[in-house]
Amino acid sequence: MALFVAENLRKRFGARVVLENISLSIEEGSVHGIMGPNGAGKTTCFHVLTGHHRPDGGRITFDGRDITGKKPHQIARLGVSRSFQIMNLFDDTVVIENVILALKQFRRNGMNLLRDVFSDTKLIDQAIDVLDQVGLAHRAWEKAAELPYGERRALEIAVALAPEPRIVFLDEPTSGLGTEATRALAVLIRKLRARYTIVLIEHDMRFLFDLADRISVIHWGQVIDENTPDELQSNKWVARSALGEVA
Amino acid sequence: MRMITLSDIPARGGSPMTPAMALFMLALATAPFWLPAVGLYQYLGIEVAIWLIFALGFNLLFGYIGLHSFGHGAYLGIGAYAFGLFQQEIMVSLWGGLLAAILAASLAGAVVGAFLSHRRGIYYALMTIGFGQIVWFCAIKLHGVTGGEDGLLGIPRPDLVVGPIRYSLADNYSLYWFVAAILALVVVALWRLVNAPFGRVLQAIRQNETRARFVGYNVWLIKWLTFILSTAFAGLAGGLFSMAQEGAYPDVMSLHQSGLIVMMVLVGGGLVSFWGPVLGVILYFVARDIIGGVTETWLLWFGLMFVIMVITRPEGLAGLLHVVGARLRKKSAPGAVPVRKEA
Repeated sequence: MALFVAENLRKRFGARVVLENISLSIEEGSVHGIMGPNGAGKTTCFHVLTGHHRPDGGRITFDGRDITGKKPHQIARLGVSRSFQIMNLFDDTVVIENVILALKQFRRNGMNLLRDVFSDTKLIDQAIDVLDQVGLAHRAWEKAAELPYGERRALEIAVALAPEPRIVFLDEPTSGLGTEATRALAVLIRKLRARYTIVLIEHDMRFLFDLADRISVIHWGQVIDENTPDELQSNKWVARSALGEVA
Repeated sequence: MRMITLSDIPARGGSPMTPAMALFMLALATAPFWLPAVGLYQYLGIEVAIWLIFALGFNLLFGYIGLHSFGHGAYLGIGAYAFGLFQQEIMVSLWGGLLAAILAASLAGAVVGAFLSHRRGIYYALMTIGFGQIVWFCAIKLHGVTGGEDGLLGIPRPDLVVGPIRYSLADNYSLYWFVAAILALVVVALWRLVNAPFGRVLQAIRQNETRARFVGYNVWLIKWLTFILSTAFAGLAGGLFSMAQEGAYPDVMSLHQSGLIVMMVLVGGGLVSFWGPVLGVILYFVARDIIGGVTETWLLWFGLMFVIMVITRPEGLAGLLHVVGARLRKKSAPGAVPVRKEA
């Protein structure tokens, strides 16, 4: 059975229908890509799947559990994590605190008034481990706002990984990255796929086709095709509408 | 120049016995002995201590979680009236009155907070003003309960009773000791709170509510609880205030008072440091008494000081001290400039 299933999702803002009919089925342990032209509804789709927006219709289940209409923090606690297309970090504080705040062990003690934060070496070790996964351990005690752009992108991913989620939604992780950084990110995601189920919105087609097991193509708020990268490349209609020069 | 924030000053778990804390406790414990000697008076100590309780609780909301309430005078007032009504209608009891003050203010805070907590920014601020005005209006119009514009007069100062010991708080000297003891407890409790995980979560919500929500924090609940907590401290301060003034009147909860607490916290540097509100409250009262002794227009000069502070050091007095301190440290140890690898 699939780990994460969305059936017939609909979402409109006023008179504008953004999601007409979205169905997705994401297998455990896979890398699932989502692509489509600008304004197709990809990010809105992520917002609905992770609880940021409530869908107007349809059903979302995670691990057999109905999570339709649940709040973001409830969905997050079940093991669904996400990163954002526009950077969303705790900018005033150091890199490691960004990760510590997201650790499950820290959150459970969030209301505890007697514990200390930075004297808990176990939490710090754990946070360093997470930072190590994205290659940021050496930056742990620097201010998040002062990291260069590419490393801030990596920190986004680290914060998403910190709560030990079962599924991670990454919204355009390559956006703004140079070729070199994009290549490093591909290596990272290939490494992460052993531990997490990953859903990826991507504009960079080479990147996506290289990594994804299956890809859903969204256009006009609908899934117009879903297949393996190889099969998709032979679909002329998809090629013309979404792939542009790569196909 | 980059603005510094509360999060710049690192969390320090463990013992609250820092140099700043030691200095504060020392000043608190010796104030009655030197206040008259420097030309001030005993009652000022009580007033400052009460406003410190109010300001420190308020900064939990204002500085730490970053929610800007401009209507907090209302909860100070509710505490004052609740204390007075308890003495006059139920029984003369110190603990009963203070408990009533805390409960009444936090109950009001819970109701108002429920309307506020899904907002932030300008909407949050405007709604706090709105609710503050409603409370103030009620205090004036509900003659039967609050005594209208005259307020409640002749509120007694109940004796402090602990087991078999009975201690009169009728004179300002003994009341100071009582208020100072409560303030000391409040300071230690709040210091613990903001340096515990809870305090870091508050700051995380200030920095990025969306991110906090998506790593699993119930942001609404935490915002609501923080509002209630700050109103509870305001209620406590209000109860003590009506005891000190031996009365409660609508002025206590006017928009003017609500603005005053914001100004004190900002000038002192509540956005930057736990001790910011302390500096702000002291600066305000000292300015009132010292500049006020020289000229009637002291508020004009204090206002000017506020403007200059906001222009030159928006982080307030605590921010200024932090920057000066950092510069002095750098000068005294030129080799110890922090090394940062540029990427």
